[in-house]
Amino acid sequence: MKIVQIDKSQWTSGIEKLKEAYRVFAPVKNDLFHDFKALEKDEAPDFNFQNTRLSPKSIVYPQSEILFRYSLDRESEEYGILKEDVKEKTPKAVIGIRPCDAYSFILVKRNFDTPEYKDPYWLEEYQKSTFIGMACNNPHPTCFCTSAGSGPFNEEGLDALVVDDGDHYLGKLLTEKGEKLFSAAGWTTEAEASAESRIEELKAEAESKMTSRVGTDNLKNQKMLDLYEAPFWEEIAFSCINCGTCTYVCPTCWCFDIQDETSGKSGVRIRNWDSCMFPLFTLHASGHNPRGNKVDRVRQRFMHKLKYYVDKYDNGIQCTGCGRCVRMCPVNIDIRRVCNMMNSYDPESCVCEVTSA
Amino acid sequence: MQNPYYPYPVRIDEIFTETEDKTLKTFKFVFLDPEDEERFAYQPGQFAELSIPGMGEIPIGIASSPTEKGFVKFTVFKTGKVTNYLHSMKEGDIMGIRGPLGNAFPWETLEGKNIVIIGGGFAFTTLRSSIVHMIDPANREKFKDIHVIYGARSPGMLLYKDELESWAEREDLNMHITVDGTDDPDWKHHTGFVPAVTEQESPNADDDTYAIVCGPPIMIKFTQPVLDNLGFKHDHILMSLENRMKCGIGMCGHCNIGEKLVCKDGPVFTLAQLNEMPKEY
Repeated sequence: MKIVQIDKSQWTSGIEKLKEAYRVFAPVKNDLFHDFKALEKDEAPDFNFQNTRLSPKSIVYPQSEILFRYSLDRESEEYGILKEDVKEKTPKAVIGIRPCDAYSFILVKRNFDTPEYKDPYWLEEYQKSTFIGMACNNPHPTCFCTSAGSGPFNEEGLDALVVDDGDHYLGKLLTEKGEKLFSAAGWTTEAEASAESRIEELKAEAESKMTSRVGTDNLKNQKMLDLYEAPFWEEIAFSCINCGTCTYVCPTCWCFDIQDETSGKSGVRIRNWDSCMFPLFTLHASGHNPRGNKVDRVRQRFMHKLKYYVDKYDNGIQCTGCGRCVRMCPVNIDIRRVCNMMNSYDPESCVCEVTSA
Repeated sequence: MQNPYYPYPVRIDEIFTETEDKTLKTFKFVFLDPEDEERFAYQPGQFAELSIPGMGEIPIGIASSPTEKGFVKFTVFKTGKVTNYLHSMKEGDIMGIRGPLGNAFPWETLEGKNIVIIGGGFAFTTLRSSIVHMIDPANREKFKDIHVIYGARSPGMLLYKDELESWAEREDLNMHITVDGTDDPDWKHHTGFVPAVTEQESPNADDDTYAIVCGPPIMIKFTQPVLDNLGFKHDHILMSLENRMKCGIGMCGHCNIGEKLVCKDGPVFTLAQLNEMPKEY
């Protein structure tokens, strides 16, 4: 395992250098919040953040994306025939992504990369991206990544992990893509032999600061219909205003809509993020709606993340513990509480543990 | 990488108005590139996205049978934005078809079995596909007795009227056509609802008998106890579901019922499977 030491000034100049070969995405401060942004020339990122307000999923999976273009000009030979949109080929460098967010792409990839079908748009953007993670030395109180299959120093989904060690960074190279990016940035000074144990020390320290723990061990054993019919959904959904914020900020929410937008005699077929919190999501043309009530939709969101996904892939929950939905929900619905209720539910007695988050 | 969102370009070859209220039309499409027809190899029970640039896409069951070459057919009820527009399109117009999608009826299991097809209203489309497939000279001997019970509100609301009459004359097919009511004194088929006609005409079930049921929810609700009485096991009752869909390939998340996706794991499920799923359809 190669570890390099990067001085803070080298870090900044290296990022600038990367812009020659990559589109560089990094956190920048925007009023009160940090968010990922494609950096302009000489635009400096700001790594003084706990996590970005929005997840970086849009770097691979834009909120709105053109799939095809078409002509509605009846004189044209291309009338009514879709043409694939030409995408930019420049590789992307995602600098400073938190380990939980990098891990989210692994969870989401299971949806877009299946034995039967491959989503070419998602996969091409994912494959051309290099993820340079920034370990979390100070997790937020709403973070529960260590209960969700990830962790503040988790390496899964990363091409390199960078750790802030005071006056310098330690960069742990994990893949060839990561090595290529590091040499392009000029981050090549091998760290001292003690670097590895120093990273382990910082990791243990960060993990000990995690205050939130969520139980997920029993979700797989629960019967799906028992959870579906559990009596707590009305209570959980009571305060929900179906605003969709949770699905919008979630790094693992992948649902989308496809729409045609015509302007004059030409148009585009686009896909947009969609949300299972909205009644229109399931509305039939006949007017019938299988999830017409708020409680159906709230249950769907939690059941999908914490039960359907668990059963389908047998690889943990569809949640990275980033805590965004907990922080952003305007009515304080807390997935940690819901997860504990689902995990501890006993269908015989209809009893579950209720924890206050 | 093959793009599963790309529809094959097709030309509308023929449009036929099926019902007296003109809400159902059958569209016969021809692929602009004949090789696309081979790529679109399908089985009865599958569906496709009809794709109209500028309007959008709509998932519709395939009404033609793989034994019919040179075209594909879809019967479309005029109900939403895309289907309303489709109903206004003309023969010769160009649009797209994306598919085939979904899992089809389980033909390997159905071979060698008695088949009871129960259909109501305009859910008869993939059932037509199945019947045409089974009575094809190359396939008929693969199946034992075939019963078809098909009902509509009135004679004018039946789909595929000419074919129904020709099927009714066949020796190798037991057709039971019914209407809720009619004032036609020459009506020579049944009068009454599908569950009642099923009770009268369906054979008793054994391990070698499968039922395929497609129709409006009310028909399904009242047919189920009849099938139970006839002895159909729930894993011998096949149903085809519909849910709002976008991608058709299991990615967009719209059509899920529990962990199953109607577009990819369905649309065909056994009643035994549905009993284990939430009633979100």
